[in-house]
Amino acid sequence: MSGVFSPTRAKIKERTLRTDKWWLEPAITFGVLFSFIIYATFRAFEGANYYKDHLISPFYSPCLSEACVPEATIFGWTPVSATIFNFALSPALIILIFPLGFRMTCYYYRKAYYRAFWLSPPACAVAEPHTKYTGETRAPLILQNAHRWFFYAGLVFNILLTYDAIISFKSVEGEWGHMSVGSLVLVLSSTLLWFYSLSCHTCRHTVGGRLKHFSAHPIRYKLWSWVSVLNHKHQQFAWYSLAAVAFADIYVRQVATDAWTNFYFF
Amino acid sequence: MARKLNLRIWRGDATDGGLKDVQVDVNEGEVVLDVIHRVQATQMGDLAVRWNCKAGKCGSCSMEINGKPRLACMTQVASFEEGETITVTPLRAFPVIKDLVTDVSFNYKKAMEIPAFAPPADLKPGEARMEQVDVERSQEFRKCIECFLCQDVCHVVRDHEENKKSFAGPRFFIRIAELDMHPLDILKNRKRTAQEEHGLGMCNITKCCTEVCPEHIKITDNAIIPMKERVVDIKYDPARMFAGLLKREKRS
Repeated sequence: MSGVFSPTRAKIKERTLRTDKWWLEPAITFGVLFSFIIYATFRAFEGANYYKDHLISPFYSPCLSEACVPEATIFGWTPVSATIFNFALSPALIILIFPLGFRMTCYYYRKAYYRAFWLSPPACAVAEPHTKYTGETRAPLILQNAHRWFFYAGLVFNILLTYDAIISFKSVEGEWGHMSVGSLVLVLSSTLLWFYSLSCHTCRHTVGGRLKHFSAHPIRYKLWSWVSVLNHKHQQFAWYSLAAVAFADIYVRQVATDAWTNFYFF
Repeated sequence: MARKLNLRIWRGDATDGGLKDVQVDVNEGEVVLDVIHRVQATQMGDLAVRWNCKAGKCGSCSMEINGKPRLACMTQVASFEEGETITVTPLRAFPVIKDLVTDVSFNYKKAMEIPAFAPPADLKPGEARMEQVDVERSQEFRKCIECFLCQDVCHVVRDHEENKKSFAGPRFFIRIAELDMHPLDILKNRKRTAQEEHGLGMCNITKCCTEVCPEHIKITDNAIIPMKERVVDIKYDPARMFAGLLKREKRS
């Protein structure tokens, strides 16, 4: 017997005496994240319906495969083969590791999925079901320390997705100065991704958090102060950006399959 | 005006014990500690409860109220539904001594393992001056009243007794962070020892310590995660690796 049932502790047979709905938050988190995983997996393997009239899905950008629609590539640059071991490789699978890795190692998502998926613990003061626990001290969870690597990669992705949002201000014929619902969707998605990245704990540390002596570095202190303000909302930005990216992909897919018409304001 | 409150209090010691039901008067504005004192005065004269300031500043009356680690002196009875039974137990992460009193000496042992503040040897008293921006981060951590609710709720030791050997706990991570962020502290190996000796890597950021802190210290965001990032600086940072800037600190 271990944990709250250890011999020296108060003899209480219940795993928790909480009377509130402590299970609700992890249940909702599980439902939302699991739904996203199912949808993202389907879309990552679909390998189609990711581009239409200057709108590109964030799931497929940057499009680096030889299989990419030419208009969806970065100036026609396609360094990756369309097949691997004779299997068709969806362009999304080439780049998926970067946004996935960024979110998987994110300090907020770690809390969310450790609670909701691994029940470690399911909620505060609710005994977890595991008999052993080593945390993030050994493989595979020691890889959580790679968050910084994915943060740097995520910044590159944000630049590319911002570029995609700018490109969407073209008409179907390719003329600049037009705006559609799709433009707004991509602008919203890329903006929220920037907020998610800039509010990240690693960003906060990088810009100034690592300093011992703030007064000796006033500019970095100011940057740290700004990022700290965003950092308070990191959880919200994590969810909003996830929803925005998913919706942007759904929107582009619907437009690409002609299910929806991309309405142009001007 | 007094009303009746249904209370369940854990009574016992390390060998045995259980929840006992009592009904007690409660007045408007009272906190759970008031009610426990009334039970002690009227029905259970030998009820053991640790308390001192009754103002949320001494950290003595830590216990679990309806399963949540809280200060009894800061928990309003009115915050519960009328007619709701309130269950009061000792902290479940520490050995029980009697009734609501636990042995929290684990925390004092861990406190002794943290190396003290280490200013430069040639720094004379009164010589150093600090600006407010340098003090602010440490000031937040100095609000800690050592109620040990964060230590109690942390599943690393709450659910795994065997981890107590190698895990200092959130209260002492804020102590390490406070020192490592101090401009005058020159001890170089705090980050490495935080990871390798005090078990920083065992924390999986589930933020329960922050949720229960009665002083509202952002333990996870402002202490544990910054310390984890500092550990990444010296052990896993790609930019530093590739730039050849990684400076390994000497082990003490």
